Amino acid sequence: MTAAAISADRRVVGVLSNRLTLFVVRLVVLAAAVAGWQLGTESANNPFYLTPSSIVADMYHRWFSGPVSHLWLTSDATGNLLPSIGRMLLGWAIASLVGIALGVAIGRVSLLADLTEPVVHFARAVPPPALAPVFLFAFSIGTPMELATIIFGVIWPVLLNSIEGARHVHPGHLETARAFRIPAATRLARIILPSAAPKICAGLRLSLALALVMMVVSEFVGSVNGIGNEMLEFQTNTDITGMWDVIVLLGLLGMVLNGAFSLVERRVLAWERR
Amino acid sequence: MPTVLHRAYRGAAGLVLLFGVAQLAVWASGVKPATFPLPSAVLSSAADLVRNGSFLTSVGSTMEAWAEAMVISVVIGVLLGLLLGSLRFVESAVWPVFEFIRPVPAVILVPLVLLIVQNDKRTEIAVVVIAAVWPVLLNTIYGVRSVEPLATETLRSFGFSPLAIVRRVSLPSAAPFIATGVRVAASFAFVVAVAVELVGTGMGGIGAFAAAEENGAADLSVMIAIAVWAGLIGIAVNLVFATAERRLFGWHFALTATTGGEE
Repeated sequence: MTAAAISADRRVVGVLSNRLTLFVVRLVVLAAAVAGWQLGTESANNPFYLTPSSIVADMYHRWFSGPVSHLWLTSDATGNLLPSIGRMLLGWAIASLVGIALGVAIGRVSLLADLTEPVVHFARAVPPPALAPVFLFAFSIGTPMELATIIFGVIWPVLLNSIEGARHVHPGHLETARAFRIPAATRLARIILPSAAPKICAGLRLSLALALVMMVVSEFVGSVNGIGNEMLEFQTNTDITGMWDVIVLLGLLGMVLNGAFSLVERRVLAWERR
Repeated sequence: MPTVLHRAYRGAAGLVLLFGVAQLAVWASGVKPATFPLPSAVLSSAADLVRNGSFLTSVGSTMEAWAEAMVISVVIGVLLGLLLGSLRFVESAVWPVFEFIRPVPAVILVPLVLLIVQNDKRTEIAVVVIAAVWPVLLNTIYGVRSVEPLATETLRSFGFSPLAIVRRVSLPSAAPFIATGVRVAASFAFVVAVAVELVGTGMGGIGAFAAAEENGAADLSVMIAIAVWAGLIGIAVNLVFATAERRLFGWHFALTATTGGEE
């Protein structure tokens, strides 16, 4: 951040007086947005544009009015939402582990970086949806196909950011470690990974957002359950309420995932800001 | 420069190595070509595709939708970004609304938009715009925010109108950031266009061509070859925008040692 930007920030903080004002204003704007949505759709009275109140009521009946023993989830929710979220998180986790491991190796070994550069740049340019039919053919309908699509779709931001992060470790730190004959494993865990962590986290965040997209794509193409598959059913039955339910649910899900990631990231990278 | 050449050689060696190892592995394992094709079979399928008229029509259809969606995304993203970036209070107030709308994967909107618009190509363009407008919008906001306040305040004190300030200061200084947003949007829009074509039925384009191959002849080497061509198009798109960005705004990146806004 430049000095100018910081001074601009100070001025804005001065205008807002404090964070509380901003929070209240945001709440008001959010409420106004929902109210505008409600009033707009009510007056439009168009079968395609539903009121948020009717969407929320329908979402409640469809997914969240189950027994307490199932955490209020209905069988529709346990049969579709949970498998979707599970596959998305699993695919993201696998892609993250593989991406960080490969990325750190490529970032630290220059021969490996040179050898893999064109391959990586080509592979990440392939639109993952174009490979979905390949995975569908290779694995047929089901979880492996969905996982493959998600993993291929989300690994690139983690991989590329891990390469960047691992490549730019402070040389002085590494030389010090070498001078003190610190073993390679310790060097990796205590110097390389922490120094690459901010970049890796940026990649993980991008990948998490992409995982939601790839989850939807994979379930549209090759799934027997899940949120995307439910959307297909709603399309077949022209169930517009159902479609809106899915859209609002995905917005909420994305917000929760992003918020949860920010919380964890703040913890993990707390040392970095100080 | 010898090092650049050296790296290019190694990169080419990596490609050849991967291809050779894959070829040997598939050949030695003795899997049937229908289960998993030899890389050389994929290459020959890729060569056949170039002579396939209906594939070329599909590519044209995808790129046309992509181009229209990009123009719309850039216009909306830049205008809205300049507005929100200039009115910082409004921007920070509407942020929670963004946080809710932005994560919705645009592809999920295909069935609903299809019902509302009742037109395949327009649906594709609308959905791609909904996805591609974000990188442009956010980078424009980011760019306007990083404008030197001294410059805007000087113009203001000389009595320039807000519109003149945007035109003379905000837009030019935000331009490198906007360029980054446009480049990111261009690559993403291509991916989303293929996804929409795959999901929506009868839309045409590369995605529909791949889905039809999967449902019809189901030749795996052709399916992979389609993905290979899609990847090459993706590289070309990125190359064009990255080169334009470097040509136009090389001074900016040299000056600030950054690569524009957030990706």
